[in-house]
Amino acid sequence: MSDFFYRVHFYLFGLIAIASALAFVTRKSPVAAALWLVNTMFSLAAIYVMMDAHFIGAIQVLVYAGAIMVVFLFVVMLLNLGHPDELSDIKGTWGKLGAGLLGLAILAQVMAMARSQAPKELIQPVGEAAKSLRDLNAVGVIAKPLFSEHLLAFELTSILLLVAIVGAVVLGKRRST
Amino acid sequence: MMVAEALALSAVLFTIGVVGVLTRRNAIIIFMCVELMLNAVNLSFVAFSRMYGATGQVFVVFVMTVAAAEAAVGLAIIISIFRHRQTVDLKNINLLKG
Amino acid sequence: MLLLQEAAAAGAHPLSGSIAEWIWLVPVFPLIGFLINGLLSLRTAAHIGPKDPTAHHAHHDHAHDDAHGHADGHGHDHPAVHPYAGIASLVGPAVLFASFALTAAIFLALSGAHAETPFIKTLFSWMPAGNLAINAAFQVDQLSMVMTMVITGVGSLIHVFSVGYMKEDPGYPRYFAYLNLFVFFMLVLVLGANYPMLFVGWEGVGLCSYLLIGFWFSEKANADAGKKAFIVNRIGDFGFLVAMFLLFSNLGALDFAGVNATASQLSPLVVTAICLFMFLGCAGKSAQIPLYVWLPDAMAGPTPVSALIHAATMVTAGVYLVARSSVLFSMSPVASLTVAFVGAITALFAATIGLKQWDIKKVLAYSTVSQLGYMFIGVGVGAYAAGVFHLVTHAFFKALLFLGSGSVIYAMHQAYHHTGNHDDAQDMRNMGGLRQFMPVTFALMWIATLAIAGIPPFAGFFSKDEILGAVFARTHGSTLADATWLGIPGSALLYAIYAIGLVSALLTAIYMTRMMLYTFHGPNRTGDKERSHLREAPWVMTGPLAVLGVLSLAGGWLNLPTFFPAGPVQALHHWLEPVTGAAALRITNGAEAHLEHSTEYILVGLAIAIAVIGITIAVTRLKPAALVSKSQSPASEGIERVLEHKYFVDEAYDAAVVQPLVGVSRTVLWKGMDVGLIDGLMVNGSSYLARGIGWVGARLQSGQVGTYAWVLIIGVLGVLGAFTLR
Repeated sequence: MSDFFYRVHFYLFGLIAIASALAFVTRKSPVAAALWLVNTMFSLAAIYVMMDAHFIGAIQVLVYAGAIMVVFLFVVMLLNLGHPDELSDIKGTWGKLGAGLLGLAILAQVMAMARSQAPKELIQPVGEAAKSLRDLNAVGVIAKPLFSEHLLAFELTSILLLVAIVGAVVLGKRRST
Repeated sequence: MMVAEALALSAVLFTIGVVGVLTRRNAIIIFMCVELMLNAVNLSFVAFSRMYGATGQVFVVFVMTVAAAEAAVGLAIIISIFRHRQTVDLKNINLLKG
Repeated sequence: MLLLQEAAAAGAHPLSGSIAEWIWLVPVFPLIGFLINGLLSLRTAAHIGPKDPTAHHAHHDHAHDDAHGHADGHGHDHPAVHPYAGIASLVGPAVLFASFALTAAIFLALSGAHAETPFIKTLFSWMPAGNLAINAAFQVDQLSMVMTMVITGVGSLIHVFSVGYMKEDPGYPRYFAYLNLFVFFMLVLVLGANYPMLFVGWEGVGLCSYLLIGFWFSEKANADAGKKAFIVNRIGDFGFLVAMFLLFSNLGALDFAGVNATASQLSPLVVTAICLFMFLGCAGKSAQIPLYVWLPDAMAGPTPVSALIHAATMVTAGVYLVARSSVLFSMSPVASLTVAFVGAITALFAATIGLKQWDIKKVLAYSTVSQLGYMFIGVGVGAYAAGVFHLVTHAFFKALLFLGSGSVIYAMHQAYHHTGNHDDAQDMRNMGGLRQFMPVTFALMWIATLAIAGIPPFAGFFSKDEILGAVFARTHGSTLADATWLGIPGSALLYAIYAIGLVSALLTAIYMTRMMLYTFHGPNRTGDKERSHLREAPWVMTGPLAVLGVLSLAGGWLNLPTFFPAGPVQALHHWLEPVTGAAALRITNGAEAHLEHSTEYILVGLAIAIAVIGITIAVTRLKPAALVSKSQSPASEGIERVLEHKYFVDEAYDAAVVQPLVGVSRTVLWKGMDVGLIDGLMVNGSSYLARGIGWVGARLQSGQVGTYAWVLIIGVLGVLGAFTLR
């Protein structure tokens, strides 16, 4: 019963995500495109929650949809780019056909690679994810490996973010002549 | 466990992002396409984390950090370019041509 | 071969743990000397170097400018003694004496141990590469110790002589640095326990020979002589290298023990090829036909160098190599006959040239070539002990002759220096009657002359007679006599070699007596002013001469002939038996090569008669009194001219080898290869290619990020495709 529920849940939000993504790439207006992308991200958040990644689902909504996409919209508004007619997307049958074919090739390629067999000994027993979620709660599942075995990488990301902040400030600053 | 289906969904979303990068000329939309591709990868990470443990979710956190940093720097670059050229149309931006 | 295995089974070698463990110190002492003297020389290199002698010596012909030719460029100034001369003259000979003392101790230990197998001291693994394992190892056996004794012993004496001879040279420490380095490499050559070690020494002595021939490099002729020696030797080294490659590819071993143990697996053709290639190396290093041409020119170096390198030690390395590889050579009668025949031809050829040379050192140089030919006759016919015996005695009397000539040249130079005369100090036509001025040198050089001419009881008589007797003994009942060489029966060839040896002995007696007569007898032609300045050399030079004189006199006792009534008969022969005995027996079909005593007496009588006849001819026919000094001599004609110009071999080589090589280099290599192929196709071609790629790349680089994205995606597809389609 619950398996069926999960399945319906997955397909529902999966279809919403694909449909929103298609709508996103085809919108002329950046604002509309951004909003469709936000929709895709929300549906992905729903799928994350369903897949026992509660914390990821939460920050997907907060950081991606909430923060990053808002920055995008902010820039679009700031630069007053909401006039789709001045943009020249790729035109002509050949361009679109080529892009479509290349996309299909990439899809087939990724699918083919996803079918490759993973090492058995790495696979944890069924229900392990749910069990650790119960034991460590949503945050602990990520926090424990993040602050133990991935501590160095975590500290490095703080430096990365610092560099990004400085870089953004330097780039965005109006040059005084 | 829906891992295979999640991977397929991830592949489809990734491909949509790729096609977007290939066809669009608006720099900001291309950026958003890249974000979509990152999201697709995140989905596959989460799917794998159901099989192999929570490390996949840790990687999602890292990817989001990188995405945020990239968005900050990338958008700053776009603003800077827009100030000089009054456009974000990639057709008119060929600074890479030395 | 069996013995080797037994020794391995028995475990410890009788010499292990003895003083022989310190064998590595023997070459290290000269190396230390080289480092010290080299540093001294470098410290002063900036402001003291050979002065430009061309201003005063332009009229000299090549390869003679010796001893103080540079100091007297100053006119009458007192020559500057090098500031570090004191340290250099202490260190240079001292390291040699240390080596000699240690060698003597090891020699005594070896003679007490009765070792049937060589003692090998492995220092470190040098070239472990796949199934090639070469150790830096020294080998102590009877042969290597004899050689080491000669090198350190004669070397010490020559170092002492050099202290006097070179003391006013501006490059004094540099000279000792080179000389010490030479001794180091020479010791590596004879002590190395495998062919690559030997080759390192082989190349090293070649380098030092080059450096010392061109010691006064500011004169072009000297530098050219050095280059000539180096290049001619490279031809021989090519042969030696090929021989090593063949050995390794066929046997998989390059150490002497391994090669000797497995040599029987080689097919006759391969072993002949190995030996002939090896002999090509020997011909280069030991100045045999056709590669002898460098040795006479090598006299451009300082005279003690000629004595040490180009008479006593380095040039005998080829003889040593044949003796060391006696197992291989004894398996190939054809190669052995080649060695003997080339040696015989060289002995005769060089002796005829020696008849008509005027430069005292050139006479000795051709004499050396001739005597080396004798040694090769010995080792060629399988009388390895006899060849090595002649090597040893030759080292004594030829070093004495060279040092004596050095003493003469020194005196001549001093005399010329006093009067500011720039005549040729090495030309015998400018000498004459030196007997009254330098009696010690005169007496000692006569000892050496009688030794080389083969008059008993001097050393040369015994060794030369031993070789000729060995040739005669092998004309019957040996593998050599049964073989055919280029269609000639071996025994006929051996008779011919014997005859050539006798003729060469006759010529040797003649030209050596001629040299002595022109140098020491008759009236003096040096010049009236100079005559009063002719003096005997100081004790530091005559002392080594005296020691060598004693050795030349008594060296024959090392290996007395079998018919000798008393004394240690055949001592060297028995001493070398563990190394070369088996090979020598194979040549003689397992029996000791024996002549009837009556035959032997006839042969000895013949040899003595030949020597006496030669000396008599020279004394009666040559008239030193009729000679005039070099500047007044008319040019010679006919056969004399041919001999004086050394059969025009250098000119023939120039026409046959050098000029075609230069021509081919100019037309094919320079114009064709370099300008056409390298410059045209490679250099310009690559620039055209780069420009073409650049043109395509410039078209690709549109600056359009969209285009780049397309290329990127296609690239990603390619990489992923490579993964999945693998």
